[in-house]
Amino acid sequence: MKTQHPPSGTLLRRTAASGSALLLLGGLTAVPALADEADRTTLTIAIAQQVDSFNPFTAQLAVTTNILRHVYDSLTTVNPETNEPEPSLAESWETSDDGLTWTFNIRDDAYFTDGEQLTAEDVAWTFNTMMENDSAAIANGNYVAGFETVTVEDETTVVIELDEPQATMESLRVPIVPQHVWEPIIEAEGDAFSDYTADEFPTVGSGPFVLTEHSRGEHIRLEANPDHWRGAPGFDELYFRYYSEKDAAVEALRSGEVSFVYELTDAQVTSLETVDDIAVNIADGKRFQAFTINPGAETQDGEEFGDGHPALSDRTLRQAIVMGIDNEEIVQQGANGQAVAAGGYIPPRYADFHWSPEGEDAVLDFDPDAANEMLDEAGYETGDDGVRVSPDGDRLELRMHVHADRPDNVQAGLVIAERLADIGIEIDNQTVDPGILSDALYDAEYDLIFTGWTVNPDPDYVFSIHTCDALPSEPGTMQGDAYFCDEEYDELYAAQLAEYDREARAEIIHQLQEVLYREAVVNVLAYPNIMEAYRTDHIAEIQLEPAEGGNIWGQDGYWAWWSAEPAEALASGGGSGSSGVSTGVLIGVGAGVLVLLAAGAFLFFRRRSTVEDRE
Amino acid sequence: MTTTPTEADEPSGAGTTDVPAPAGPTGSGRAARVLTYVLGRLTTAVVSLFAVIVAGFFLFRILPGDPVRAMTEGREVSAEQREELRRQFGLDQPLWQQFLDYAAGLLRLDLGTSFQYREPVVDLILERLGPTLLLAGTGTVIAALLGLFLGARAGWKPGGRGDRVNTAVALFFWSVPTFWLGLLLIVLLSSGRGFMPGLFPTGGMVDPRASGTLETVLSTAQHMVLPVVTMVAVIYAQYLMIMRSSLMDEKGADYLTTARAKGLRDTLVRRRHAVPNALLPTVTLIFLNLGQVVSGVILVETVFSWPGLGQLFYSGLRVPDLGLVQGLFVVFAASVILMNLLADLVYPLLDPRVRP
Repeated sequence: MKTQHPPSGTLLRRTAASGSALLLLGGLTAVPALADEADRTTLTIAIAQQVDSFNPFTAQLAVTTNILRHVYDSLTTVNPETNEPEPSLAESWETSDDGLTWTFNIRDDAYFTDGEQLTAEDVAWTFNTMMENDSAAIANGNYVAGFETVTVEDETTVVIELDEPQATMESLRVPIVPQHVWEPIIEAEGDAFSDYTADEFPTVGSGPFVLTEHSRGEHIRLEANPDHWRGAPGFDELYFRYYSEKDAAVEALRSGEVSFVYELTDAQVTSLETVDDIAVNIADGKRFQAFTINPGAETQDGEEFGDGHPALSDRTLRQAIVMGIDNEEIVQQGANGQAVAAGGYIPPRYADFHWSPEGEDAVLDFDPDAANEMLDEAGYETGDDGVRVSPDGDRLELRMHVHADRPDNVQAGLVIAERLADIGIEIDNQTVDPGILSDALYDAEYDLIFTGWTVNPDPDYVFSIHTCDALPSEPGTMQGDAYFCDEEYDELYAAQLAEYDREARAEIIHQLQEVLYREAVVNVLAYPNIMEAYRTDHIAEIQLEPAEGGNIWGQDGYWAWWSAEPAEALASGGGSGSSGVSTGVLIGVGAGVLVLLAAGAFLFFRRRSTVEDRE
Repeated sequence: MTTTPTEADEPSGAGTTDVPAPAGPTGSGRAARVLTYVLGRLTTAVVSLFAVIVAGFFLFRILPGDPVRAMTEGREVSAEQREELRRQFGLDQPLWQQFLDYAAGLLRLDLGTSFQYREPVVDLILERLGPTLLLAGTGTVIAALLGLFLGARAGWKPGGRGDRVNTAVALFFWSVPTFWLGLLLIVLLSSGRGFMPGLFPTGGMVDPRASGTLETVLSTAQHMVLPVVTMVAVIYAQYLMIMRSSLMDEKGADYLTTARAKGLRDTLVRRRHAVPNALLPTVTLIFLNLGQVVSGVILVETVFSWPGLGQLFYSGLRVPDLGLVQGLFVVFAASVILMNLLADLVYPLLDPRVRP
């Protein structure tokens, strides 16, 4: 249907002449045009986080890295069925016997969206730029930190030489950019490259989508790249629309203005579960929720700092604290059951790396009686007020810093305080802003403190933050988050990084978790579920990652939005949001115009009355 | 500059003069007094602005949290990457050096660079100023007109049924949390629950698919309804209350008796004689609120995802994005100071009693 609307100039004149009726008519003719525009199938996603930059070398924030993953391919991706590394731009790869030389074979059917072919040159240039230019290393420098050289052997072959073996080579999540586009930019920007935000659209990438529009704080638009080597995406375009309030985003899902919302609370999930045409997806958590105990903070040179409770350097006390806490109760009370009680460090969705204390190993299971016994034996005597005193005479009154912005943490904090009172430990519950919590952590001015990490398919990083190298070089500069340092742990960490055999590496990773568990500095409480929802009358099918119990938002690949197929209603009835609400739109526009007219009329009469006054 | 004499020029019944009445309208003494007055106000404004700039800089640096840590939270970054960010943001410099750089930038109207957006703060603010002025301006105008109109009626017959109902309703909305009212309106009028169709969008300023001037204008108007209604509902009470009490003060004035004695109808007495005089105290309030227009709608913008300054401030505080929040702080404060200055300068033109 083609609609013609009058030029705004004439309309304005007519409005001035005859008022509301015509403007309402204008609304009538304009609205079908809105729907008509959207013959293309559109998938709309509600987001809240702002865009820092679309420069793939510097973009930091989750929303931007997530979007850029759809715009630029990387060498490998993750298999949605198995969660294991899978070929992407690299069709295959070989490793030398010493594990120091990696040869990647680049596919010959990958093209950038300006028609140029993606070659080994682009790959090598991307890595070399990150290695040579500090400003280009901001986002992904950690991946190339161990690279010695990156060279092009031929059009389709890249060779990477390493300083020492590095098990993360199969999951280099670095966006490969077109050299012919970015080399001139880097030269032109020079030192200012870190401030270059790449807001020229459409972007030139090799991924399944092209970034075509960004209106800050309003929306981001991605259009499908029909020539992508993996095949065209199911939807013609993706809209990321801003909702600063999650509750408002949930209402937008109900009204059909958006097709997908993520990071829901259990209350929001409960309210959406019974709504027609809305499917709730509850996925296995990628995140672990933990609290750490200050074992006595030290710098790498052994300088002590902070004001942690001195008794906490005693492992027996730390273990007793862990035994005094019932993780199952925390799941029920804190997360309303929307989590899985934990023991090991890596969430169970990564089946081969996950480790859980069982049988004889499960020495720290919830057992307040045993905890009391342990403390009695170790000389922690109970004072008159029911609070224990350490053998050195320090009363066991411990501060606990809890994230005030996470309702499940706040609940968990209350449960912990109550349980620890049962074993003679008094908790000073400090539920605070993230900024205050972060300051307490880095200044080591805490006893118990909440933390949590999202674990990637390759778990190297979350282990690296507990090596002795992650201790601060001087107070306040810690790389990790627990002041943990253990020789056995460091040896195991180095061993897993050098182990290329997945099974053998998984075995070492289990041992790493066992050390963490036994030392009771980093104590994992639960793995919160991922909660998200989408409209089934917009999205007919969508690939989860992993296929069983997987999530949609925050995938390590681009499976979800690449695979999503429009529902029939959407494909035939125009874009999302404009179907089914057109009456609403009409009445809405009408009401809006009436409000404005009322205001105008009011002004008019007021003016007239003052004119009368002057007479 | 001369002022045309109006009714208000005659001292009102009570004859309360805050400032000694000018001895005579002619002579250089008057001009000098005016000049002193204007200069005095200007100086005060400049001093306030300077204090705000200094306070803003150090205030936000006392905020707990570290921008670099907050921005990289949950991301797999190395110590080197963090150091590089710290260097780029200038956070590795001593505090006094940071302040001098900032102050030097301000002289060139450069508010610095936002950490998270990596754009000049000035550009970000200019980009968002339009939407905020549109929303807050419309809201303030409607709230003021509505409040003054109802307040005049309520104050004319205090204790009457109209007064009691109007005051009660206004105070009810005044005490309702903005956030809650906004969400309630969204649930009732946007989401299309039960038999209620979704009448208005849940958020944003304009449909991204709207093309052409007409569509954009209509779409914006439709997106504005709920935020404006929320804003008006919450703030119109202050205009109503001021107008009401101000009118009640005027009610006993002698000049009203004179007006009645002339045989004027009650409505005319109110409209032509009482209201114009009662409007004076509301002028200050309107100017004050105009100053707060840019900052005053943070909550409304957040609930309705309105892409304005409030939303920008909210996103900056979470980091904390020091460059951005202190820049906004200065702009917010400057607009209040400017409007106060304007009120100080305009008031004497309206009310001869406070003329220097």
